[in-house]
Order: sequence, then C-alpha cells, then structure tokens
Amino acid sequence: MKDIAIVAYNQSKAVSDVGPCNEVELIMPVLAEVFSQAGINNAQDVDFVCSGSCDYLQGAAFAFVAGVDALGAVPPIKESHVEMDAAWALYESMLKIRMGHADSALIYGFGKSSPGELPIVLSQQLDPYYLAPLWVDTIALAAMQARMLLDQGKISERDMAEVVSRSRRNARNNPNAQLAGDVSPEDVLAQPSYVSPLRKADCPPVSDGASAMIICTVEKAKSWGVPYAVISGIDHRIESHNMGMRDLTDSVSTRLAAEGAGLGDGPVDVAELYAPFSHQEIVLTRALGLGKETNINPSGGVLAGNLMMASGLSRIGEVFNRIIAGDAGRGVAHATSGPCLQHNLVTVVEKA
Amino acid sequence: MANLAAVVGIGQTSYTTKRDDVSIAGLVREAAVNALQDADLTWDDIDAVIIGKAPDMFEGVIMPEIYLTDALGCNGKPMMRVHTAGSVGGSTALVAASHVQSGTFKRVLTVAFEKQSESNAMWALSTPQPFSTHLNAGAGGYFAPIIREYMRRSEAPYDVGIKVAMKDRLHGARNPLAHLQKPDITMKEVEESFMLWDPIRFLEACPSSDGACAMVIANEELADQATKPPAWIRGVAMRSEPTMYAGREEVNPQAGKDCAADVYKQAGIVDPRRDLDCAEVYVPFSWYEPMWLENLGFAPEGEGWKLTMEGATSLDEGGDIPWNPSGGVLSSNPIGASGMIRFAEAARQVRGDAGAHQVEGAKLAMGHAYGGGAQFFAMWVVGAEKG
Repeated sequence: MKDIAIVAYNQSKAVSDVGPCNEVELIMPVLAEVFSQAGINNAQDVDFVCSGSCDYLQGAAFAFVAGVDALGAVPPIKESHVEMDAAWALYESMLKIRMGHADSALIYGFGKSSPGELPIVLSQQLDPYYLAPLWVDTIALAAMQARMLLDQGKISERDMAEVVSRSRRNARNNPNAQLAGDVSPEDVLAQPSYVSPLRKADCPPVSDGASAMIICTVEKAKSWGVPYAVISGIDHRIESHNMGMRDLTDSVSTRLAAEGAGLGDGPVDVAELYAPFSHQEIVLTRALGLGKETNINPSGGVLAGNLMMASGLSRIGEVFNRIIAGDAGRGVAHATSGPCLQHNLVTVVEKA
Repeated sequence: MANLAAVVGIGQTSYTTKRDDVSIAGLVREAAVNALQDADLTWDDIDAVIIGKAPDMFEGVIMPEIYLTDALGCNGKPMMRVHTAGSVGGSTALVAASHVQSGTFKRVLTVAFEKQSESNAMWALSTPQPFSTHLNAGAGGYFAPIIREYMRRSEAPYDVGIKVAMKDRLHGARNPLAHLQKPDITMKEVEESFMLWDPIRFLEACPSSDGACAMVIANEELADQATKPPAWIRGVAMRSEPTMYAGREEVNPQAGKDCAADVYKQAGIVDPRRDLDCAEVYVPFSWYEPMWLENLGFAPEGEGWKLTMEGATSLDEGGDIPWNPSGGVLSSNPIGASGMIRFAEAARQVRGDAGAHQVEGAKLAMGHAYGGGAQFFAMWVVGAEKG
C-alpha cells in the first residue's frame, strides 16, 4: 500500500470562548499556516479536502457548509465532510489517496462548543429512545466508568491525579494549551469532588478552536521539498452502544485498532491519546500496551484543551510535530468518539 | 488507478410519511438486512460500515452512528459517518466505494437514512444563525428564484415542471417502494395543486419521507463470485463550491458541470444521452429535471426542457434516456437517503433487477445527488460490464 506523508499541521490556541468569531474565522488562520508550511497557496493546490465538525456544537444544521467559505473553492474543488472528529476525515482522505484519486489532501476540524452546555449537548448522542430522554451527560457517564475502575481496584484516585498533574505540567510547553501550570498530584487530590469520583481537574475544559493538516504521497512531499513524517498504519473500531454490555474498564476497540495499525511492530517513543477524562488515559495506555519508554501526552493532551471535532486530528499532528522536531522516531496517536471511549482510531506515525 | 469494485447487494425500506412501526435503528436495520439478503451474505461477511444522513437535527440524534452500532452489526468493526448536506446519500456511497477501491477492505456495507417523522426538517433547516440573514423559507423557497431565472433564460413553456411532476409520479407508480403512489395523475391535477413557492406547486415538490437504503460493495474477486449480477462502479466524482460568491452561476453550477465531466471521463462517456441507458438524478423540485439535463450535458444550455416535453426522459413515452425510472426524489424523499437511492436505483437498472421500472437492456447508468445551495455534487456511473 502507498506510503502517505504528513507535511503540515497547525492548531489554534484552545480558548474557552472565542466570542463572535465564526467558523470561517476559526478555520482560516490554521489553513493559512498549513498552506505556508507546505509551500502552497490555497485549497486549489491540493487534490482533495475533507473536514470534521458537528452541527450541534454551533446549533445549526449544515454548520460545516460555512466552512467551505474558508477554502477558496472557486473553481470548484473535490471536497467531503464527516460528522465526526477530523481524524476520521484524515482516514477518508487516505482512502482517496490510496485509490489513486488524489496525491494530496487538506484536512481540517473545528468546533465552537462555547455557545452550548457541551456535556448536556452530547447527551443527545445517546440512544434516542432509552438514554437521551434521561439527559445523562458525558461527565456523569465518565464518572460511572471511573467508579468502576476504582471499585475494581484497577486504578486509584492518586493515579488519576497524577495524570492531571502531568498534563498541566506538560502543557506549560504547549503555547496552544488552555490549562497549564505547576500542579502536583497533591494539589489535585486536595480539590473537592465534582461529579464523584471525578474532580473538576479530571474533566476536560470546554474549548473553541480548529486544527488542520496536509497529507500527500511521499513523492509529492519530496517534490514540495518539505520535511515530512510517514503514516505507517491507521485503523479504527467501534464498540456496542449498550454500555452495560461493554467492559468499561478496558478498551477492546482501541486494542483492535492498534493491532490493525501495526502499533506492535516497533518501539513507541511518543503517544498522544484523546482521553477527555483522566482515568481514560490509563485505560488507553493499558489497551495500547504502552510502557515507561513512551512519552505520553507531551502536549498536555485534551485535559489541557479539548477542541471537539479537531482534538483527534490534533493528536496526530502533535505526534507529527515531535517527529519533525527530532524528539521521537515513532509515535502513536489516538482519537475517540462517543460515550466512555466507544469508538477509537489509532494512527502510527514514523520518521521518514 | 483505483481497484475495481461493484455493488453486489441492494436493500431498501418502503418509503412513507411515518414509519411509526420501527425505531431509527429498526429502519436502518431493515434496509441493511434486505441488502445482505440480496447479496446472499450475513453480517460476518461485512468488514466495515459507512453510514450517511442529512443534518443530525432532522431526528435530533447527534452522530447517530454511535447509537446505531449495534443495529448495523458493527461491534468491533470500523464505522464511519458521512455528512455532505443533501448530496450525502451519494457521497456516502462514494466513501463506501473508496474503502474497497483503495484496496483497504474487501466488502463493506453502506446505509443512508432519514426518519423525517421524528422531527421537523423545515424547523431544523431554519434555526436562526448569528451574523447571517435568517431564511425561514425551507429548501423550496431557496430554489424557487433560481428556477424562475431558468425559466426566464430558457424561455421554456410554463408547464415543463408540471410535465416532470406527472412523469416522475407515473414512474413511481411502477415502483412498489415509492412513497407517492399516483398511477392516475394528470398534468391538470398537478397544475391545479396549490402554489407553494412560485413557480413550485404542491405536486411539483418532493414529499417528506421516512426510509433507508443500503448497499453491499465488494472488490473484484468477491463480486465475480456474487450470486446476482454485480453493478460495476465505472466512475466516481465529487465537487463542492461555496453557497455564494460574486458571479456564481446558480442556475447551471460549475461544480455540477465539473463533477459530470470527471465521472464521464472515468466511464468513457462522450455523449451522456447516447452512451448512458438511463439516469437517476436528484430532482426534488420538478424544474430541476430540465436544469440538470443541461448541467449534466444531456442537452445544450437552454434546451433541457425540450427533452422533457418530447418524452425523452419518460419510460411511459418510450423515451431514449429515461430519467428517474424509480419515480425519483419527487416520489420519495427520505432526505439523507435520497442520494443513495439514486445510486442504488442506477445499480438496480444495470443489474437488470428493477422490476416494473426496469429500462430494457440497461447496461450503463448514472446516479446523481446534490445538496446545499446546489453546491455539493456526488455522482457515479455503474455498468453491467467491468469496462
């Protein structure tokens, strides 16, 4: 199968409320940045464009249509959209390149979660007949998952606090982070309970922002003469929506996706995991079989800033950045969707 | 060069105003099971599922693939959700095809649906937005002025739309799945129906339907072993342009022209009217038949209406290029599925499996979908032969 290269990536600063900034204004700066990195002018210079967004965040049907206005799609372009995190837009773009219908693709994701109450909004992605009418929000479901992990002795509250502490400390080196600081596990444990057993710090902030990436064939990357990293594997799997039928203390779909992506074929220097809640980072680390040799969430992860519909793509971009900077030779990025890690995507990125 | 892929199974629900006998999960599962049965396959034979539908607000379920995982047998498999406005049913089929054409998967299931009765599409399309003019007009109100401009430019007689409305309902009467069953419809009845958005009368507009459509798409090796004749995918194309920009041609959009040129080139089509045997084209409002006849190159600009009036697009009049033999969007419109129904009905034709609306000897057919402000296009050409 054709090797596919990442040549450019950018993410906006994660902020709690971008105010009057609309979709186009969120997207355009990150597009300008990736065009500049790849040395191209605009979306006309790539063969395919794919985006990820969610209408409900902005509260508008077809919210993504406005996104096309950021692209300069005159003359018309080959373009598609997934109502998923943009990591899946990357997946769709890779299929387009593999089938020979494109040599390059622009991918972007954006989310403006500030206008609504995100945890409540996301309760409407549950079974519409039995669960959604209960308005069980994402935090309550995550708390239930954490409680199971604690009750079964698989994690301790201190383990969770350590995840938060590392996220805040790592985020100090991430200029795009929303939450960063020298926070110790003791500081976290001293916080009051929020939705038991979660403390507020165990939950992601609500963020507005966007990210973008350009991928292409290795030949194209060479012709553009820009540094690149190679996507050596990508796979995604979904699990039952019936949470009572799943072992919430494990992530079977993450393990399946990791096998499909060939994660075990080499060492893993860096991992960027889309773990919106602290305990989920531990579940994912175990499912991926990551050990001490792997630097986990050096960006701070999504506990430091959670751009809905873009954070999954951003995880891949963060691994790309580490490899281009020479900090890592091979890394894994993970994206998730649905309650309690129902759907998971694993990407392996390697030094060219 | 893309790997060969073919449609080896097709399943649809019947289309109706309100499927209150099934949940959303029951609706999509019904279409999926029908497609598996048509392909003589079981859930275990499916490697991935690609689902599509129009905006989540149409049912009020965010990212419904999450809830539909179990109904579509996806546990442990890849599942993807496409959303490209009204063209989504077509785009979803194309994304599904790319799973196989890329060599990544051997056999996938794709499903598109809309259960409009769960909510109110008109409301969902009309939520007021900051920083933009609030249009409380629905799709018909948006397209009516564009149709009027077509009528002005082409000097078409006033009753072209009326003819299309009758013709597609007569086609729909041959299709037991079609929502509207009007075997006795006349042009007079259409003309006397009340005006909704001038010049679009009630009977010149699509209905609001519940329904789902599914297809199984397989690689060459598996399609060669299929029980029923496969529909080989001979060309795939998508194009998008912004809703508005200075000088935008809204009657005959460039994105539609480019998309058609791309798909014809792949399928070796030089003259679509001559080379294709039939087409399933997204015509939600009657006048879009003559407009798309021109946009897709079946007629020179300004003359699409002549094909309609001559009966060239009518099965009942023995036309040489039947459009929408299934009855089209004017007979059934579960919005998110409507594009996939066009793609699937094109495939049924070349499989020789279209029942009473079969175009005799059809070997090459086109499926077409459009969405947004006629700015998103998805098309495929399928054939009885590999090419």
